[in-house]
Amino acid sequence: MTTTEERLDAWRGFRGEDWRGGIDVRGFIQANYTPYEGGAGFLCGPTDRTSNLWNGLEGLFALERERGVLDIDTHTPSSITAHRPGYLDRSTEIIVGLQTDAPLKRAIMPNGGLRMVQASLDAYGYEMDPLVREVFTKYRKTHNDGVFDAYTEEILRARRAGIVTGLPDAYGRGRIIGDYRRVALYGVDRLVAAKKAERSLLDVVPSTEAVIRDREELAEQVRALDELRTMAASYGDDISGPATTAREAVQWLYYAYLAAVKEQNGAAMSLGRTSTFLDVYLQRDLDGGTLTEEQAQELVDDLVIKLRIVRFLRTPAYDQLFSGDPTWVTESIGGMGEDGRPLVTRTSFRFLQTLYNLGPAPEPNLTVLWSPRLPEGFKRFCAGVSVDTSSIQYENDELIRPRFSDDTAIACCVSAMKVGEQMQFFGARVNLAKALLYAINGGRDEVSGDQVAPPFPAITGEYLDYEVVRAALDQTTDWLAKTYVDALNIIHSMHDKYAYERIEMALHDHPVQRLLGCGIAGLSVVADSLSAIKHARVRVVRDESGMAVDYAVEGEFPRYGNNDDRADAIAVDLVEDFMAKVRRYPAYRDAVHTQSVLTITSNVVYGKHTGNTPDGRRAGEPFAPGANPMNGQDRHGLVSAALSVAKLPYDQALDGISLTASITPPGLGRTPEERVTNLVGVLDAYVDAGGFHLNANVLNREVLLDAMEHPENHPQLTIRVSGYAVNFVRLTREQQRDVISRTFHGSL
Amino acid sequence: MSTGAVHSWDIATAVDGPGTRFVVFTAGCPLRCRYCQNPETWHERDGQRVSVDELMAEIVKYRRFIEVAGGGVTVSGGEPLLQHTFVAELLHRCRELGLHTALDTSGFLGHHATDALLADTDLVLLDIKSWDPATYLRVTGEEVAPTLEFARRLSAMGKPMWIRFVLVPGLTDDRDNVEGIAEFVATLESVEHVDVLPFHKLGAPKYARLGIPFPLADTPTPDAALVGRVRGQFIRHGLRA
Repeated sequence: MTTTEERLDAWRGFRGEDWRGGIDVRGFIQANYTPYEGGAGFLCGPTDRTSNLWNGLEGLFALERERGVLDIDTHTPSSITAHRPGYLDRSTEIIVGLQTDAPLKRAIMPNGGLRMVQASLDAYGYEMDPLVREVFTKYRKTHNDGVFDAYTEEILRARRAGIVTGLPDAYGRGRIIGDYRRVALYGVDRLVAAKKAERSLLDVVPSTEAVIRDREELAEQVRALDELRTMAASYGDDISGPATTAREAVQWLYYAYLAAVKEQNGAAMSLGRTSTFLDVYLQRDLDGGTLTEEQAQELVDDLVIKLRIVRFLRTPAYDQLFSGDPTWVTESIGGMGEDGRPLVTRTSFRFLQTLYNLGPAPEPNLTVLWSPRLPEGFKRFCAGVSVDTSSIQYENDELIRPRFSDDTAIACCVSAMKVGEQMQFFGARVNLAKALLYAINGGRDEVSGDQVAPPFPAITGEYLDYEVVRAALDQTTDWLAKTYVDALNIIHSMHDKYAYERIEMALHDHPVQRLLGCGIAGLSVVADSLSAIKHARVRVVRDESGMAVDYAVEGEFPRYGNNDDRADAIAVDLVEDFMAKVRRYPAYRDAVHTQSVLTITSNVVYGKHTGNTPDGRRAGEPFAPGANPMNGQDRHGLVSAALSVAKLPYDQALDGISLTASITPPGLGRTPEERVTNLVGVLDAYVDAGGFHLNANVLNREVLLDAMEHPENHPQLTIRVSGYAVNFVRLTREQQRDVISRTFHGSL
Repeated sequence: MSTGAVHSWDIATAVDGPGTRFVVFTAGCPLRCRYCQNPETWHERDGQRVSVDELMAEIVKYRRFIEVAGGGVTVSGGEPLLQHTFVAELLHRCRELGLHTALDTSGFLGHHATDALLADTDLVLLDIKSWDPATYLRVTGEEVAPTLEFARRLSAMGKPMWIRFVLVPGLTDDRDNVEGIAEFVATLESVEHVDVLPFHKLGAPKYARLGIPFPLADTPTPDAALVGRVRGQFIRHGLRA
């Protein structure tokens, strides 16, 4: 049991007072971290132990690739304490803990939806345990059931047509980041006490519906913390008190994260911003002579191995939409502090070093918060890692910090939130290109012919008139925004009710600030289409039912992505306009509306379900990912495209704006040195221009073509796609072709 | 104010001078290099008439980016010195903005480059295909003397130069040809380094589109060993390659 003496011991040598009384991880970091301004020279390669542990998993990865899943525990609905302890290699592991009792064995999490579990089991040839089915059909309702009880006919139509897509109505919503650092710094007992204190404040106010819900949630949070303590104990650790060493700090933090991924199959289960926090502990032990650099790197390597093997049971259709098996274990690294000191530490380097020690990988999703003011040594190291591995994404710290804080992390791909203070109601996205076609066709779907939106007069006439189309689009997006927010309110109400994230929310302050993360897909298709209608002549081809099914463009028109305001202003307008519309509809639990311009890899599937568009894009062709210009339509290179994207106003898309760029190494410079210098320059200038996000893929077309033919030779080939990294060999052939045909910037 | 025939412009990194650069490709070229990958830039008449002001309006949009990223403006072609008045004004205007300037030229029309034009040029990318008149004629259809003379003039001015050499198997790769160029370049004062550019055929589809036979359709691209040998020859003459 923890005593006062032990707690003091855990905090030996730490500075500052303010963080000791309450829960204040940022205060602790600010008072104790050591900014690092040097280069990468101090880093260590992998030890034999680390290499053996990692390579020992190779056989399992190969089996998993072959079968789709390695194994499934079909009998045990997962919870924090449902599974016995599991190990990779108990004798050599430094950081322990698995989601189930064996590596890569997937758990079922039916609270999100039994249908998803059933479909996944069917797909991989497993039987549902009859008892599980009975419990979750007869005695226990799921989130998925709840949502469909409350959906309206209109929402169902929009969902079926794919104008509102990817909704988290059948599985965990994710994009909630618990402040897992709290467990290391304070221990579970202190966190329970803090939650009870929050609860006691609620006990003196009248029991309204909202207050009752809050009280129940706080009670669940305390229960989850107790279970977390029990789970850790099953591995032999008492985490009631704070961590006393670097190893314990990494382990306590990981237990907290592990509890979250044991209980929630969230679309994105991000880690937060942990490297500089952990650095305080690593530095203390290094200074105290109880840890070597090699051992410090081993701790980070071991943690990252664990993060790389997080698995969820999902359907092949889901994997197809998101290319592989993403978990979005996003870790945000770097950035500047509000006091002007860089938040870069040696452990920021150590996290990136795992891409060398363990090889490139899509997870964890390493995200560098970039500022031109970051130390030169760190900037050059990041750029070098990008050139070598393509496994880093960059986000604009100069945009994030003033709007959120310097203790903000990215959830999923581009969604910023203050760690421990804000959470998101994930809202996927609407298909704006389809909305444009509905506008032309009076609310009918161009693929099915069904009347999806409420009927209004279709546009007639041989040629499209800009003002007329714009007005019809306005009417269509009015309806779309309303239907969309309606659907999201239902989803999140039911998720809170039936699949509440107990442990993640236990690691937030109460009350928490909620963000409603809406999103749009197909921005460049719509911008180019409207530009064609405005600046060229677009003739409509209609079928016998009078529906517009194709468009012939006569003349030239400016395209979005060439730093040409005539087209870019249309894109800006679309973003501002949809944001304004979404804001009109009240959000569940007073969430703050935001939106993203992000598709991840679903741009391929959205394109598949969308007919011919007035920009000349053919039916079924992929959209550009995120906020990218259409493939091949950015005619002046990446910088022009990036400057167009940078014009999109972040304040009207606070959930992030994504740009993916592929560059070949010779396109960055002749020597490795020059490539690093030039990539640093481009990142500085893009951030300076107000660009929010950049996925930087530095690779050869030839390598990708070879990987299509010989996937076995490229098991670790990683490319970044619209906000996260994927294993190239796990993409469908269609997606592989899309990646290759996507503007391949031979030079920037 | 002058106007020029411009084929296109681009923002490129690391290809046409240091850093990230706004590259203007002028239209029209007096040479017909057999390995040319840009046959669409041969004729001035195929370019778009653009005024210096119009081009500057475009460049200004990238000024901040270029300044932060590090880089400048490069005038390439075609052969920019075919339109020396236009190019001189363009370089001068870029210089006035404080942008680093580079001129990418074959040097064949070096006598068109006035001292004022060169004063507004921070770096010359000089493409020397051969030192030997017979080889040069075979490669380009023209004489080599003006290029060599231009190189000596730049050297005398102390003007920084990057020498570019396109390595084409069976055409420019002869050991003696490379040796001769290396010897010549080593006598120049202000050469920062030599770029050995391996021949490629990515421009072949352009020939097909223009209905012109591509003279080197059957020429292989140089392998790594050949590129290494040629770079080695330059390095042995004390050059950075």
